[in-house]
Amino acid sequence: MTESQAWPQAIRLLLLQTSHQLRLFLRVPVAVFFTVALPFVVLLIINATSSERVLSDTNGEWPIDAFVCVAISAFTAVSATFTNLANMVPIRREEGVLQRWRSTPLPVWVLVGGHVLSAVVIAVLSTVFMLGVGIALYGVRIALTAIPALVLTLLVATVSFAAMGMAVAAVVPTASAASGIANAIILPMALISNVFIPMEDPPSVIDAVANLLPLRPFVDALQAPLHPMNPAAAPLWGSLGVVALWGLVSFVIAVRQFRWNAAPGGSTRRRRSRPQ
Amino acid sequence: MTGPVIKVRDLVVEYRSPTGPLRAVDGLDLTISAGEVYALLGENGAGKTSTVEVIEGHRPRHSGDVEVLGIDPAASGAVRRELRDQIGIVLQTSGVEPEITPREALNLFSSTYRAPRSVREVIELTDLRDFADQRIGTLSGGQRRRLDLAVAVIGRPKVLFLDEPTTGFDPSARRKAWDLISNLRVDGTTILLTTHYLDEAEYLADRVGVMSKGRMLVEGTPGDLQQAHGQSVMSVKISETGSMGQQEIEHGVALALHAIPHHVIWIGQRLEITTSDTTGVLERLASWAASAGLVLSDWSIERPSLEQVFLDLNTNDDRGDSGD
Repeated sequence: MTESQAWPQAIRLLLLQTSHQLRLFLRVPVAVFFTVALPFVVLLIINATSSERVLSDTNGEWPIDAFVCVAISAFTAVSATFTNLANMVPIRREEGVLQRWRSTPLPVWVLVGGHVLSAVVIAVLSTVFMLGVGIALYGVRIALTAIPALVLTLLVATVSFAAMGMAVAAVVPTASAASGIANAIILPMALISNVFIPMEDPPSVIDAVANLLPLRPFVDALQAPLHPMNPAAAPLWGSLGVVALWGLVSFVIAVRQFRWNAAPGGSTRRRRSRPQ
Repeated sequence: MTGPVIKVRDLVVEYRSPTGPLRAVDGLDLTISAGEVYALLGENGAGKTSTVEVIEGHRPRHSGDVEVLGIDPAASGAVRRELRDQIGIVLQTSGVEPEITPREALNLFSSTYRAPRSVREVIELTDLRDFADQRIGTLSGGQRRRLDLAVAVIGRPKVLFLDEPTTGFDPSARRKAWDLISNLRVDGTTILLTTHYLDEAEYLADRVGVMSKGRMLVEGTPGDLQQAHGQSVMSVKISETGSMGQQEIEHGVALALHAIPHHVIWIGQRLEITTSDTTGVLERLASWAASAGLVLSDWSIERPSLEQVFLDLNTNDDRGDSGD
């Protein structure tokens, strides 16, 4: 009887999985706080405490609060994708959720796709929110000609950082290790990537390292089309390429190392929802 | 579909361990027919969960042939999806996000099957009405287990795997779960369950297999096993002794039953006979009493519990430990 019936449409399944993940995100207050509220508060604090300055780069001058706002917008996109997935996927693995789905006819790519797509949606929305704050408070301007470059940069970067999050989720042993490892990766990287405080004349080694890691190139690529003096109409291909390469390598790691089950004896209690 | 739904031939599952490969399943054969409820019993480490996980497609096997509905559960891609569409699995751990409600979970899971049951039907079937719209994180263990069952049957499975479905239930919740499972068999669902509870197997299963150290120790209907491996306890009172003294009576009973393996305990005028041949004991005792002019009353025969059978079997088998 069932053999004659058609499978549910893949696109419908993908949309259902994505909306399921979005619903879960909204119901985990800690995740919402860390992804959206915290970068917003950090932005307000940094810009309230920094003296009024302008930064000069090769393209001209930036008001520092606009510069920081765009940088933190990029960081928000990374929190929503990389940090969020690296944290949540191991928790779901330990809750047995991944194994549960593996028992159903849902194709694996739809399950993973739902996680990634929902993270991309959250990242894009929260970045748009942060840029909106920048437009309202810090003189950020979006030139019409820069919009295609901006959109492409955001999409490539969010998908790449989502892949990096899935790669970390695949290799970490436990959920509690995941949160530590994700932060240990992202926070030092943020400090050398012009996210919180723009570095003026950094040591050349640090500069070189930062340019090879994915965050600084993403920040650069997001800033280029939003530059107040000379908004770039074309994406910063070189920087975007570095980000995409990290994404591609991470994708391969994530696919090869993906685990459905918690390691025996390696589970930790979930922290992100309320205790029962 | 008639004929075997699950076929396992010479299954071997090994785990790596510091001292070399550990054999959790060691040459197991298993055949389960359509519509049958089969209970796999065994102590911890007997290899039941390893066996079931291989059959579910959740664990690789070392060697042997396994088929479920004619499909090798180790298949991938479209073939695997085909099989997943027709089986339902209750895992030992729940595996549904605590942030959503049972109704939301069932809606989502039902979307992945070709011909799912309706969510409303499953909520009725598994008795989830009262908490269908509560967050799963707030449910009790027994309520979550019912949800697990609901998720496993939403796809209208032909084969259902239940790994210790009522562990942690209180007696009334277990009784309810048993009723649910009994309801499913009415639809002709083939069910393979593992359990620690012998009464569960006795209540639910058409056939029972007892595993020990990765092998099938014995297989049969609960009744077969009780008859073949357990001893009944018969009890009878000698209510009129005539002129016979106690010693003479005891001697007479011993003589009447001498050809039958049995064990007798006297409690005053009452005797308790443990034997596997209840018919023989009944006949001989009755004819001896008639010829001796005695009156026997208050007969009772207690069948052995499956638990007794299980304990006997496991005591007879050498003890050993391997991965479960």
